[in-house]
Amino acid sequence: MNQPLLVTATQKAGPRLTLAIGAIAVLLLVALPLLSLLPADHALQVSAYTLTLVGKILCYAIVALALDLVWGYAGLLSLGHGLFFALGGYAMGMYLMRQAAGDGLPGFMTFLSWSELPWYWAGTEHFAWALCLVVLAPGLLALVFGWFAFRSRIKGVYFSIMTQALTFAGMLLFFRNETGFGGNNGFTSFRTILGFDIAAQGTRAVLFLLTVGLLLASLYLCRCLTRSKFGRLLTAVRDAENRLMFCGYDPRGFKLLVWVLSAVLCGLAGALYVPQVGIINPSEMSPTNSIEAAVWVALGGRGTLIGPLLGAGLVNGMKSWFTVAFPEFWLFFLGALFILVTLYLPKGVVGLLKKRSQP
Amino acid sequence: MRGVPPVHPEFMLEPVFDNLGAGRDAIGLGQSRKAGLDTRHGTVLSLEDISVSFDGFKALNALNLYIGVGELRCIIGPNGAGKTTMMDVITGKTRPDSGTAWFGDTLDLTRMNEYQIAQAGIGRKFQKPTVFEALTVFENVELALKTDKSVWASLAARLGGEQRQRIEEVLGTLRLLPLAQRQAGLLSHGQKQFLEIGMLLVQEPQLLLLDEPVAGMTDAETEFTAELFKGLAGKHSLMVVEHDMGFVGSIADHVTVLHQGSVLAEGSLEQVQADERVVEVYLGR
Repeated sequence: MNQPLLVTATQKAGPRLTLAIGAIAVLLLVALPLLSLLPADHALQVSAYTLTLVGKILCYAIVALALDLVWGYAGLLSLGHGLFFALGGYAMGMYLMRQAAGDGLPGFMTFLSWSELPWYWAGTEHFAWALCLVVLAPGLLALVFGWFAFRSRIKGVYFSIMTQALTFAGMLLFFRNETGFGGNNGFTSFRTILGFDIAAQGTRAVLFLLTVGLLLASLYLCRCLTRSKFGRLLTAVRDAENRLMFCGYDPRGFKLLVWVLSAVLCGLAGALYVPQVGIINPSEMSPTNSIEAAVWVALGGRGTLIGPLLGAGLVNGMKSWFTVAFPEFWLFFLGALFILVTLYLPKGVVGLLKKRSQP
Repeated sequence: MRGVPPVHPEFMLEPVFDNLGAGRDAIGLGQSRKAGLDTRHGTVLSLEDISVSFDGFKALNALNLYIGVGELRCIIGPNGAGKTTMMDVITGKTRPDSGTAWFGDTLDLTRMNEYQIAQAGIGRKFQKPTVFEALTVFENVELALKTDKSVWASLAARLGGEQRQRIEEVLGTLRLLPLAQRQAGLLSHGQKQFLEIGMLLVQEPQLLLLDEPVAGMTDAETEFTAELFKGLAGKHSLMVVEHDMGFVGSIADHVTVLHQGSVLAEGSLEQVQADERVVEVYLGR
């Protein structure tokens, strides 16, 4: 991961170089799946393992971006974004399970000797409906939760604790076999997506490209939003909500919109994560996952959009190396990293780079 | 929070542009909006029998107060007299236990919430200057500018030339124009006070509530503020809570003394200062 060095150079050389570096990064990400299609003995061939790993990190980067939108701009620290991510993943997983099962019931249901599908599985054999669920499940949950939380003017640490409790409740619910989502095993052994073999190199490459596309689209959307008057209002909600109300704005609507949008982005990321990684289970909803997402954002730099992407890449890159090299020390390292960043880098890596470039 | 009705169009004031050119006051701030709010009885604000208690402590006790159209009223009183609570009631932050609060003759403030009241035409400056610190001075005023303040309008909002001109005009009057692109968090205390006043002015409110506007200002700034407020009176109604008697003396023709949640005395500053009860309250028994 040599991106921070690149960014340092970027800050020194101005916006033109920033664009150039961004273009190179995008080109590399586009080249990666194409290189994976080369024959296995080719020198430039990218292994399926590498492609899946990078694809997974890109999905996490989208979550980091979504979290930055609500935390960095609107000041709503969510410790439950893993829930929205997992809901999107489960919605996609339902479709994949139906594909794998053909006309029969998904494997885990046969194992529980259920004779028919629960009502909420209806229509999941259709890809289009599964896509709707990917958006609707996290979106509606966020809408209902946000409506009540913002109506009751819950903010700050109380809001964070409630989101944490929400994802924990979700995890407990999905752990139960009776809930109808495969209990603690979740969904796995997918075979096809839209009739294509899910393990085929071509399918993987397309899924990867879709992830890159979603990431770029989300980045563009968030950038437009935060640079508009709407974005300035989010900052105003974060810094002085009372003042904003006495200026004649109803802050609830602004918070609700950005909160739901963030949840939907997480859901979409989850939906792309599941077919690439090949498994979804309730541990994705565990509180530690959501807290880790907050670490990515804090490390990269809150309220910068690009920072959280770097943060997600850095932490996950280190994680995949650490858990192989020193598996037992990873969590200690992550904890130490979080403390150091909070104490010495309040604006994250991006803040550090900006400071360096303006001595 | 109790159920709050949505913003009804009748809460919103009609913009009034009188073509005679008399709509602008002496220093070019604010517009005459007398026709927008129903104030046929000459009062812009009527508080009647307002009581508020917090855990048995009566912060306001059957308070009666009327502010006339275009009036500049100063409210004084010792600490704990209920001055800030009264402003909270007027702006919808605190609901009174009993009593009525009318804005003009038709708007019941006890049934509206903060942003509806702000949209209806009451602006408030806090005791501690409160601005959006991460935004620039210009952006602060831009957010306060009177316009459609719904979520959807904000998504598509573009600043028009006329609006930009208006913001620059207000910033110029408040001597903040050279600082327009500076982050508001970097301003001095006095500059923040002026910025907040500027944010009130572009909301074009009918009634301005100003809680200790000159606290922390230099003498020159205080003098400038006095001139500013005198220029605003007439076009807007102002209610100023202030401890600085020199400042009160320089702006107010009418002073209300609050004590233990109700009105103790009312009249010119000389009359009030000559009142024995007022002297007793201020100097102790």
